[in-house]
Amino acid sequence: MTAVYKRELRSYFNSMIGYIFTAAVMLIIGLYFTIYNLRSGYPYFATALAGTISIFAFTVPLLTMRSMSEERHSKTDQMLLTYPVSVAGVVFGKFLAMLTVFAVPMLFACLCPVVIHLGGNGSFLIDYSLILLFLFLGAMFIAIGMFISSLTESQVIAAVGSMIALLVLLLWDSIVGFIPTTLVAAIVGTLILFVLAALLIYRSAGSPIAGLTILGLGVIATVLLAFLASSAFTEGFTAFLKLFSIYGPLQNFANYYLFDVKGLLFYALFAALFLFLTIQSVQKRRYR
Amino acid sequence: MIEVTNLVKRYGDHVVLDHLSFTVKPGQIYGFLGPNGAGKSTTMNILTGYIGMTEGSVKINGHDLLEEPEAVRRSIGYLPELPPLYGDMTPKEYLTFAAELKKLPRGERAAAVEEVMELTGLVGMQNRLIRNLSKGYRQRVGLAQAILGMPELIILDEPTVGLDPQQIIDIRNLIRSLAGKHTVILSSHILTEVQEVCDHILILHHGHLVADGTPEELERSLRDNVLDLTLKSESPSDVEALAASLPDVSRWELRNGSGECQLALYPEEGADLREAVFNACVERKLPLLGMQYRTTGLEQVFLRLINDDLPAPSAGDSLPEEMPTDAEAPAASLPDVNRREASDSDEACRPDPSHKEGADEE
Repeated sequence: MTAVYKRELRSYFNSMIGYIFTAAVMLIIGLYFTIYNLRSGYPYFATALAGTISIFAFTVPLLTMRSMSEERHSKTDQMLLTYPVSVAGVVFGKFLAMLTVFAVPMLFACLCPVVIHLGGNGSFLIDYSLILLFLFLGAMFIAIGMFISSLTESQVIAAVGSMIALLVLLLWDSIVGFIPTTLVAAIVGTLILFVLAALLIYRSAGSPIAGLTILGLGVIATVLLAFLASSAFTEGFTAFLKLFSIYGPLQNFANYYLFDVKGLLFYALFAALFLFLTIQSVQKRRYR
Repeated sequence: MIEVTNLVKRYGDHVVLDHLSFTVKPGQIYGFLGPNGAGKSTTMNILTGYIGMTEGSVKINGHDLLEEPEAVRRSIGYLPELPPLYGDMTPKEYLTFAAELKKLPRGERAAAVEEVMELTGLVGMQNRLIRNLSKGYRQRVGLAQAILGMPELIILDEPTVGLDPQQIIDIRNLIRSLAGKHTVILSSHILTEVQEVCDHILILHHGHLVADGTPEELERSLRDNVLDLTLKSESPSDVEALAASLPDVSRWELRNGSGECQLALYPEEGADLREAVFNACVERKLPLLGMQYRTTGLEQVFLRLINDDLPAPSAGDSLPEEMPTDAEAPAASLPDVNRREASDSDEACRPDPSHKEGADEE
């Protein structure tokens, strides 16, 4: 794992990608910092930083696009997969390397609260908590991008796919707002989710039986719940969708000044799930 | 060392490997020979654990490939068809990375990297970026990572592709020097390479193992038993009469009926026709200009095995080993001879059947 980590990290800074990513993120953070804190006089750097979140949907794919797809494209995966290292080790090494690159502009962002403190009264606690949250958010975004990169041999497809996925995640609250809170919508929505889950399991485990089992159980559970407890089911579905709102923890940190441990764990769990899926996707391809 | 049983690989309906079974003994050099698409690379990819098999089992040093993948991989060095190189690294960086990944002890890494760079002639190129290296040098970097740490089993998929003639000789010598301590499996569609380097040849065709043996065994078992004669004659009927008069001839072919006639005799099993031919020629006053057994190089054996249209040659024919040689006296009386050589051995009187004829590169 450390060997892969070191190689990846060096490769990011041997090529332009590491620098472009750092420069782009720092430029946007600097702009927001100047406008919010220095010009408009907001006391907390957290306010400015929280505003920059959408640009990560475009910059994180820069990091992740080549992570897995390029190995397959240039056949270097043949080395990694025939050496005495586990796929998990390779995936974690790459993930940590990308997280390190992600942390570079965050490290520079750590200077901003100090600047505020020099000229006025800020709160180190609030600002640094949000920077910490951003590291977790970055981990989640990177894991998602990496998973998408593991599905294709093309960097371009990986980049575009990751951007779309991250944008959907960022716009999740608005998307959920469009979904009517009726029983029919809840039933249709739940069924769609189970179909997606079944497909995902079929794709990553390569077992149609496992996929069909999940689908069957899902349909039975949906029908039973919809008839037995229809109002609870409808509310439960909406609550379930809201669970995936990544803005919740961010707002807790940036607007309500809450250190939301649950939110941190949610991001970490999300990241872990996609790392797991990445490993599965690589393994599955070998034993198809 | 390696035990492969009933290996099957299918991609959808396409069968790449069809119940392939073979064993590999330690310390020897094995060559996979076969045309493109025969399943050589697939077999190697399965042996190294890069891809899974559909059915069958592979045991390396008694460890099952699927049950103990890391233990197995630790004892394998693999050079895939396309060397798995990172263009943004120098050979030295890359090999150091490979040494770390192979979990060589920290203290031995630098020395191991130096050693393989010396062996593959990379020392002068060690600080250039791999993406700027020529194909031959990239191939060498790939080879270097395969032999790094001197694993017991070294698997090389077409190791000499893209190298210049001198490099090919160097790399072949390197591979030969690995035998004994290491087991080497290499693949090639180049016959001479396998013939020169390998102790044992496995010929694959359409995912089947069509031949398995040492180069000599393969040649011997698949050799033709045909006696080619060149006779000086103006009328083909004389030659036909000669052929018809010979005993123990199952069938004969006559080409170029006048002037220098080419007559091919197919003897009965185990019969040596040469003496009878000589006597018959003398009797009929047909000058015998040439007589020799047709030689079948490994090349023809190979081509015949992989060519679906040609009938498989009958195996098991053996040539008469004895040749009465009392050539000194008649030779001395011949006109227009400026030098003569004769020996008791077979070799001087008829060409060595294992003579590698026409086995040029590709």
